[in-house]
Amino acid sequence: MISLNRVTRIFNSRDGDQVTALQDVSLEIGRNEFITLVGPSGCGKSTLLRIVAGLILPTAGRASIGGEEITEPRAETGIVFQAPTLLPWASVLDNVLFPLRMMHRIDSTSTDKAMALIKLVGLTGFEGKSPRELSGGMQQRVAICRALVHDPDILLMDEPFGALDALTREEMTMELLRIWSERPKTVLFVTHSITEAVVLADRVVVMSPRPGRIAEIIDIGLPRPRSFETETTPEFHEASHRIRQLIFGTRHVSSGRAAA
Amino acid sequence: MSVQAAPPLEERQKPPRRRKKSAALYEVVVPLIATAGLFLLWEGACRAFDIPGYLLPAPTDIWKDTMAIGPTVAGHTMATFKTVMLGFVVSILISLPLAVVLTASPAIAAAVYPFLVWTQSIPKVALAPILVVLLGTNELPRIVITVLVAFFPLVISIATGLLSVPPELIELSRACRASKLSELLRIRLPYAIPFIFAGLKVAISLAVVGAVVAEFVNADAGLGFLIQTSTAFFKVPVAFGALIILSVMGVVLFQIVVAAERVFFPWSSSNTTPGA
Repeated sequence: MISLNRVTRIFNSRDGDQVTALQDVSLEIGRNEFITLVGPSGCGKSTLLRIVAGLILPTAGRASIGGEEITEPRAETGIVFQAPTLLPWASVLDNVLFPLRMMHRIDSTSTDKAMALIKLVGLTGFEGKSPRELSGGMQQRVAICRALVHDPDILLMDEPFGALDALTREEMTMELLRIWSERPKTVLFVTHSITEAVVLADRVVVMSPRPGRIAEIIDIGLPRPRSFETETTPEFHEASHRIRQLIFGTRHVSSGRAAA
Repeated sequence: MSVQAAPPLEERQKPPRRRKKSAALYEVVVPLIATAGLFLLWEGACRAFDIPGYLLPAPTDIWKDTMAIGPTVAGHTMATFKTVMLGFVVSILISLPLAVVLTASPAIAAAVYPFLVWTQSIPKVALAPILVVLLGTNELPRIVITVLVAFFPLVISIATGLLSVPPELIELSRACRASKLSELLRIRLPYAIPFIFAGLKVAISLAVVGAVVAEFVNADAGLGFLIQTSTAFFKVPVAFGALIILSVMGVVLFQIVVAAERVFFPWSSSNTTPGA
């Protein structure tokens, strides 16, 4: 569904230097596949996400969705950022409806759709609250609803749980899997967390920095539905260990279990 | 826009209300007591040391002399109030589009910004007589001076507010393929509300200053004019009376701006501190 062919992106920095954020990235993503992008800071994960979103264009190479080249943001894509960035003046419901309003696609069924999503993320009863009355995890749930309200077929998530505390983060990871199983989408999920990357993904794309490129793509064969128990399986440890090796090099990782 | 949902939970609402009550105590009662105490001290000092009325009139003398020409003072107060309000409204009408233009285009910002700073570096008191020559001895130069004094902080705070939007929301807006206009109306301007009100609070105070400066130079009415004429005739208590009316006007107008923010944008006022 999403196809990246030797995508390169070069940024001009302020002092005139050229920074290669992405170099020759090629990736094929199938419909309703869950892909996680993991790698150290500066490996171009977010740049890759924004290219798929159509927010920035590749300097060279071709990025396409369903065979059509991405030249501008596409209506059928939803985005969740690291910060919930909800509108402080609007209620939860109005925040969820916001993209429809911006797209002039609001109609009589919109509220029902939004309410169904609010129910899906377990926030029924909070639709009239203002964002500052919600906890960080709840705010991010609203942001997920907002990304899903126009029923996109692609969901892009840029470290969506990165600002949450560790416990909320684990909870949200499982929540996301449940939401995804109820409403299958093609998901591209950027994260710093190896655990998160493995537990969520069909395939983990491990990236390396300077210049940003794909180090390896790891298939995660773990059965679904997954749960916290998934993290105790040998397959999980094997995948995590391999990712750590790719990111830190072999010398720092003595054994998969020790680092997990 | 159309749908408003369930009433808020009781438990959540109660603590802020209680806090509001004690805040009202501190915001209204304590300052009133302090002011009354200050006036008492003033009155007492004037009587105890027998200070001559042309140096420092006692509050009771100020009250008596000002009330003696009550209707005249009221007329002057209305004249100043009119200048302040017109100047304030014109400042808003100029600042809002100017800030939008400044933030929309770096080229325009670079072109206009030096002029903005330049208008601020000119001493308004020095400019006032020149404007009278240019624009005549009517209300127009007074409003122009009021605007010149009041608009600058408003432009700066609105522009800052328009640029304070998290970049993710702008990306979201672009991802929704929204126009620049709906980005401005639905994201940037609402986001700027707390900043706009911070600017309005400064602007309303400065508008009072600007109006009086203008009246000193060119006016046949207004509290600034009253201060000038009454000091010329050594009617110092009346001048003090005009001064007190001016300061009350400033405080009341400021509080109206604060109240307007609380009433119309309750989500905004709780996270701005100064004066709120």
